[in-house]
Amino acid sequence: MAQLFPASADHLARALIGAAVLAVASLFMIGGAITRSPYVTLQDVPLDQPVQFSHEHHVAGLGIDCRYCHTSVADSRNAGMPSTKTCMTCHSQIWTSAAILEPVRESWRTGVPIAWQRVNNVPDFTHFSHEIHVNTGVSCATCHGRVNEMPLMWKAASLQMQWCLSCHWDPGPNLVPPEEVFNMDYRPPPEQAAAGRERAASLGIDPYQITRCSTCHY
Amino acid sequence: MRENGGVNDNSRGQHGGEIAGRGLGHLRDLAHLAPDDLSRRDFIRLMAAPLALAGVGAMAGCPSPREEIIPYVVPPELVVPGKPLFFATTMPLAGYGIGLLAESHMGRPTKVEGNPDHPASLGASDVLTQASILSLYDPDRARTVTHRGQISTWSAFTTFITGELAARRESGGRGIRLLTGAVTSPTLLAQIRAFLEQYPGASWHHYEPICLDAERAGTRAVFGRIVNPVYRFDRARRILSLDADFLLFGPGVVRYNRDFAAGRRVHLQGADAPPAASMHRLYAVESTPSITGAMADHRLAIPAGDVERIARLTLAAVRGNPPPPDDPHAQWVAAMADDLLQHRGSALAVAGPWQPPAVHAIAHALNAELGAIGQTVVYTEPIEAAEEGDLASLTRLVNDMRAGAVDMLIILDANPVYTAPADLDFSAAMDVVPLRIHLSESYDETSFRSHWHIPLCHYLEMWSDARAFDGTASIVQPLIHPLYQSRSPHEFMAALLGQPEADARELLRRTWRDRAPDPQQFEPFWRSALERGTIPDTAAPEVQVSVTGDPLAAQPPHPAPADGLELTFRPDAGVFDGRFANNGWLQELPKPITKLTWDNVALISPATAASLGLTSGDVVTIRHAGRQADAPVWVQPGQPDNSISVQLGYGRERAGRVGAGVGFNAYALRTSGAMWTARGVEVVPTGRRHALACTQPNQALGGRDIFRVYSLAQLTGEVAEEDARKRAGHGRTVHLSLYPPMPGSQINRGHAWGMVVDLNVCTGCSACVAACQAENNISIVGKDQVLAGREMHWIRIDTYYKGDRPAADAGPYFEPMLCQHCQNAPCEYVCPVLATTHSSEGVNEMTYNRCIGTRYCANNCPYKVRRFNFLQYADHTPVRRLGYNPDVTVRTRGVMEKCTFCIQRINEARREEKTILARGGQDARARADAVIDALQTACQQACPTGAIIFGDLQRPSPVAALRDQPHGFAILTGLNTQPRVTYLARLVNPNPALPTPHRALDHPERAFHEEAKG
Repeated sequence: MAQLFPASADHLARALIGAAVLAVASLFMIGGAITRSPYVTLQDVPLDQPVQFSHEHHVAGLGIDCRYCHTSVADSRNAGMPSTKTCMTCHSQIWTSAAILEPVRESWRTGVPIAWQRVNNVPDFTHFSHEIHVNTGVSCATCHGRVNEMPLMWKAASLQMQWCLSCHWDPGPNLVPPEEVFNMDYRPPPEQAAAGRERAASLGIDPYQITRCSTCHY
Repeated sequence: MRENGGVNDNSRGQHGGEIAGRGLGHLRDLAHLAPDDLSRRDFIRLMAAPLALAGVGAMAGCPSPREEIIPYVVPPELVVPGKPLFFATTMPLAGYGIGLLAESHMGRPTKVEGNPDHPASLGASDVLTQASILSLYDPDRARTVTHRGQISTWSAFTTFITGELAARRESGGRGIRLLTGAVTSPTLLAQIRAFLEQYPGASWHHYEPICLDAERAGTRAVFGRIVNPVYRFDRARRILSLDADFLLFGPGVVRYNRDFAAGRRVHLQGADAPPAASMHRLYAVESTPSITGAMADHRLAIPAGDVERIARLTLAAVRGNPPPPDDPHAQWVAAMADDLLQHRGSALAVAGPWQPPAVHAIAHALNAELGAIGQTVVYTEPIEAAEEGDLASLTRLVNDMRAGAVDMLIILDANPVYTAPADLDFSAAMDVVPLRIHLSESYDETSFRSHWHIPLCHYLEMWSDARAFDGTASIVQPLIHPLYQSRSPHEFMAALLGQPEADARELLRRTWRDRAPDPQQFEPFWRSALERGTIPDTAAPEVQVSVTGDPLAAQPPHPAPADGLELTFRPDAGVFDGRFANNGWLQELPKPITKLTWDNVALISPATAASLGLTSGDVVTIRHAGRQADAPVWVQPGQPDNSISVQLGYGRERAGRVGAGVGFNAYALRTSGAMWTARGVEVVPTGRRHALACTQPNQALGGRDIFRVYSLAQLTGEVAEEDARKRAGHGRTVHLSLYPPMPGSQINRGHAWGMVVDLNVCTGCSACVAACQAENNISIVGKDQVLAGREMHWIRIDTYYKGDRPAADAGPYFEPMLCQHCQNAPCEYVCPVLATTHSSEGVNEMTYNRCIGTRYCANNCPYKVRRFNFLQYADHTPVRRLGYNPDVTVRTRGVMEKCTFCIQRINEARREEKTILARGGQDARARADAVIDALQTACQQACPTGAIIFGDLQRPSPVAALRDQPHGFAILTGLNTQPRVTYLARLVNPNPALPTPHRALDHPERAFHEEAKG
């Protein structure tokens, strides 16, 4: 009986096995890439909001400090979203009839809050505190990006655990002097990483401790 | 005690001994096969991509869900999102107040703590206050006004009642009767008096099923007037309890626990030279095992009817007439009386509310003889306004109703249809009354028989005031707008007084404006009263009493009839008199002594049970005075023979979805002639069985070294000597582990959290269990699941008896058991997904979102403290969700959970510490350290005796000092788990003239593994 497979079938089999391995591997890679892509994380995707509020205008143009609206950012885990009253402190005086601000005035009239689309959403089962990050010297821009250049808000970072840990393992590069935390234009000096590590050490911030599970998950 | 059918012993108990040393060599051989460079963390990392792929496949590539942020329109004052606020308020229970600090998260109260400034609390709390928060979110609370069962409105009611009252004005309101519970609220009292002034023909009645009638009558008998005793247990060196359970029940219970512990705590100062330690000595005469009896150094279990005999003998002995030698308790009484006499001025006798007035009179006379008055007990003006006893008041009302003299019955926050003595047949008498109006939190048995029902506010929803056990007044401050159409008693009374829209806060302010020291300065006075939670200088004035009657002159009680048993009634440790029957936390709270949940039982002594052929779980019919009830029996060591004890508060018909139909109604057996003790009771087995959900079926110590008892003499003698020997270098330190030691660089960085539980002052009251449940969003599971061993409590209180089977003579001993936060944690090694790991601060972490539910960790835990969500236990009823602690994840089905040392509080404190350091300024380091030192776990904060001490072992903290006490020990150290929770041994202080049942347990292996303490 003649051989069923010619000698070349060995090569074909090897090639197919290799291809199968590659196919599986590439499936994994594609899967990984999708979970990390903006399609899933919404990173860099501007969201439609009920009011076309421009951080670029209010921060860069008018020079309003972050804490004017996000009042509790240094005191609480929640940064605090401005109440309608906060908007109306200015907009009861200026741009009082601008069509774009009608939802704000409506909220003020009816007492129904404005429902903003959440841009930065920490994953479920994760506890995050603005207070500790802002006070120890993590600049707003580190996580939220150059907000002063965003006409509409988008998420500047993936907010995935890997991204969190990248800083928790070595906070040095991101710990700026406290007075520069809210300064969007602050450019860290070349020796930032060393200075940041020194600051972390002086505050007893221990990269090993802040990478333990229970720091964020409880 | 394994008779209670179907209880699974698997998930609890101490099976430690068999685990050590099994197959160790085999495992060690396998260990080298694992590649050194591939840690489990790396493995997880490698697996991340396939898992991610699976995730993508499952979700079909869904992007993150969209969420909204809803800010305020106008932000309320003080509210910072993410920061809780604390308000001082007061919880009234059976009329008496306990001061609390209620935690509010953006307007939602989530937790209550004791108010350190309030004399009844001093910062601690008890089971009922801790669980009261759940009652606020009870979905079965009454929501609307109802008229004949149909939904109505408050304005319809006020219109109606105004008309009805106007029609009765001319007659002076002759047929109007007002029934309340105990009233101490000055505002409510003023309103009731105003009402009685407007309607002079009306009368006010009051009734509490757990009443203090006997106490009041006792003081009247001996001092000629009603006075209120306030005990000072901290000053007492010798205490005699005459069937008193002052550690579990009563208006001053939290304070009394604290004071009791102050006289009992033994912490040796300076490890090298233990000075003479001292602690009080407690003699307990009791008719059913109580936690007070469990703490006693000498306990005498006798039927309730015999307590008076012992009391009489004691008083006579103190007066110099030794007891007749033929009395079976002559030696006990003589030695005890002698001991009391030797501590003149620092001895104290306390009688229980379930004892007749004669026993109270004897206790007060004893205090007078022993020079205790002004020292260990002070007498004050009465706190409750009523002169008449509760039972007499209720009986008068029922007689009036029967006689047809009542045409309008108004019931304020009482449930007499359920709680009134059975022979009064309150419901039949009530049905005669043409108009019946009821104000209560839920639509209960009395509401069902009323024409109008008005929902009553939970105390966190209303303005009111209340007085504490010593008379101190405090404000009940609302934390939240009423969730339903409910009204406070003051608004209700105001409606009766013709002010249907009165503001309760204004009514309250009016009361206190009249009483403010300077009415011109009322606003600061009011503000400070709200802030501090107490009103200064309102404690009841002390009264100088003199003994006017001789209690021994009265007729001695009749001897017990020869046939039949004695039956005693007690409030339940969980549901109290039944008012908390719909509170799942309290239903599932293991009762301090029996560890039973979801049932009440008839406690019966082992000998009596044997003579009747009964075992735990057998249902018997209890017959008394022509009435009967079917009850499951529970064989309880320590229960006196020929006496059975039942708990009130169960068998509710209309309690709600949780409490209705649970247990049997013991009120059906209670008559006005035998409110607390019935004699000549018949017990007939029915042949039926009832499954009882006990959380600790095996309570025998069986010689295991998991609980230690020393006498005071041993502590300062052999224990201290052995400790000194060990310190001198004779203790060996051996590294015993399969695994390499954790690198020093990975543990105890920054902080090292640890806990010490002082078993000598733990009274087993279970406040910690309820506090933990509230703080950590712990689910209830229901009776069936408890029967399957699936209860979820993160902290439990184990009870142990000496010997191989529960024995009556010593115990129970209480041992709080929670995650021991082992430094060699067996659970961590077996988790395949690293969901349970070790923090750098020594905490055994549990990461819920990583847990896949293999339950390997729970199986490998020798302490059996891990809890698994076998089903979806978490309650997501919308109103319940309001009450969850937002700082703690609500776990879902399939997830393991356990004590975290309140990691949310630790993290909050650590963040605050770092924030203070980062902001700098004067004394930043000191302020940051103060934050760490002030950190308390929820169980510690609630504990009324300070038995739980938690803190940073690396700081000069109390916990670090206590971990080093000679009588400290860790549990199952033979497994080399190296727990971060250690215990201080229970101490006893027996009278040398009496034989002691407490014998220190021998621990031959004690010295060997002691390094685990460090």
